Amino acid sequence: MDKLKGAVIGLGKMGLSHAAIVGAHPAVEMTSVCDTSSLVLDAFRRYTRINTYSDYHKMIEKELPDFVIISTPTKFHYPMVKYAMEKGLHVFCEKPFSLTDQEGEELAELAERKQLVNQVGYHNHFIGTFRELKRLLKLKVIGDLLHFTGEAYGPVVIKEKGGTWRSRHEEGGGCLFDYASHVLNLIQEIVGRPVKIYGALLKSEYSKGVEDAVYALMQLNSGVSGVLSVSWSDETYRKMSTSLTIEGKKGKIICDATEIKIYLKEALPSENLPKGWTIKYITDFALPVNFYLRGEEYSAQVDYFIDCIRNSKKTEINSFEQAFYTDKVIKMIMDNAKS
Amino acid sequence: MEKVLFGDNQFFAVNHLSDAKAREQAIRFKDDEAIIRVLDQAIELGIKTFMCTTHDRIGNICDYARNNPKYEGLKIYPCMPYAHKYANAVTELGIMGTIKQYVPGNLFGTFAKGGVAFLSKDFCKLMEILVDVEMKMFNGMNVPVIFIQNVLVDMILGLKMYEVFAEYDRYIRKKYNAEPGYITMNMPALYDALESVGIRNPIICSSINKIGFRMSGGKAKYEQYLNEKEFRPIAMQVLAAGALSPKEAIEYLGNFQRIESVLFGASSKVHIAETKELIEKYLN
Repeated sequence: MDKLKGAVIGLGKMGLSHAAIVGAHPAVEMTSVCDTSSLVLDAFRRYTRINTYSDYHKMIEKELPDFVIISTPTKFHYPMVKYAMEKGLHVFCEKPFSLTDQEGEELAELAERKQLVNQVGYHNHFIGTFRELKRLLKLKVIGDLLHFTGEAYGPVVIKEKGGTWRSRHEEGGGCLFDYASHVLNLIQEIVGRPVKIYGALLKSEYSKGVEDAVYALMQLNSGVSGVLSVSWSDETYRKMSTSLTIEGKKGKIICDATEIKIYLKEALPSENLPKGWTIKYITDFALPVNFYLRGEEYSAQVDYFIDCIRNSKKTEINSFEQAFYTDKVIKMIMDNAKS
Repeated sequence: MEKVLFGDNQFFAVNHLSDAKAREQAIRFKDDEAIIRVLDQAIELGIKTFMCTTHDRIGNICDYARNNPKYEGLKIYPCMPYAHKYANAVTELGIMGTIKQYVPGNLFGTFAKGGVAFLSKDFCKLMEILVDVEMKMFNGMNVPVIFIQNVLVDMILGLKMYEVFAEYDRYIRKKYNAEPGYITMNMPALYDALESVGIRNPIICSSINKIGFRMSGGKAKYEQYLNEKEFRPIAMQVLAAGALSPKEAIEYLGNFQRIESVLFGASSKVHIAETKELIEKYLN
């Protein structure tokens, strides 16, 4: 099989990371990158054979890649994803997906209509512990669910300042779009889709114009209730730390990227789980990858995207439709916080 | 290199097995004195090399070590950059903003005069400036090996910018009269890349453990390279984040003649002594 031709638009932290992972993938040739920073493009020209562009239209027309990874600020996602799909490219887009309902819905429909592989970068689904959590909930190991808590904390904004697109809401900045979207997407795919927000707070502590923390009470389509508690202004965390706590009639599970703690009221021999606490670690669940950069999940999600393209598989993890639903929940939280 | 290299992850809330444990460590080591107490114990037990990140707090530790006769003869292996400092800055300020924040004012001024174009033509110089900034805190210390952290090594590796390794290699030897070292999660691929730009017998620090944890490319390929290729391997994550007992973990390393050193971190005197003894017993 010929190598796939890959391209990356947007060479910030995530874009560079994607470019490196795609570059190391044995089934892909990274042929081109696009960015507005001449500094970054010069580095590619100086050290690699990858073609560089500052106009993504030109890049797509000239290079005709099989797929493109879009890791630009959120406000650019819609025009770029749309253009790429209209040209028949498979698209991997960074999260959050889009800024408005209409945009996200249109892109999800377009991907479906054109039968293109479509994926959004909610990488937590490629972390072994969260996968195990999903599997255990499907097996109903803790019985009927009662309540959940979804949390994420980290040290992105710990003093007063602003200035980039991340400090502007209308461009997809703020803790809700950036941090909380990850938790909402995890809740949605692992526990159930939120359908109602009872009360939401968006609090600005250091940033001007955007929130640094998001707190919300919500209800899922299954009737289960839950709390969202997210802050990107917590310097007691060295890096972003995401966790879900799920309470059920038969027990409780606490899960983060490194460990999964299971409490059962009664033993479950079929899963080899005793009564009381069991703690399992990521070492048992990490997905093996050929190339590692910053975490198995970043490579695993790109591997999955490329596998879907090569084997004409339909995207089941992190599809545009799923990401679009997360955008809708974000909107629900914003509307509730305003009212 | 010594067989035993003492690391610093435990001091800075890095724990690959448990975020909760990592936060407990952050509380325990909130004061520099707590770190120094453990280092004192390590030195008493005969540890001669401290391999550390360029975390701001390491600067304080170096100040202490410089003025303490007990630390005379201690070798420091710096690992740069302290990635989270830059990663958080890039999220908030973008790449240019981060360079502006971390490249010293007057130096960036010199570049800015020529505009970004000048700067962009001289990446080698930019790399040298960033290395110098990170190295400042180690002034006057005994620094025989200087490492690049895996985040950066593996990024350069994936982007296939191999010539950057050669430039780094030349600069570290010339300016610091030290040996360049590379930390990676992709040892076989990195070895091939370094060889392709003429770097011979490099010091490569990578995960090496019995269960293949964080050994990308597969355990079999790692073992093949450890047996066949000419390089100076340092084993890290030997306990696979705690999944293995120290004895079986280090016994496994003894299978490979070439492994020169083992990097490990521990917070208690008993653990340090136990691990050190095992390494000295099993490593060839």
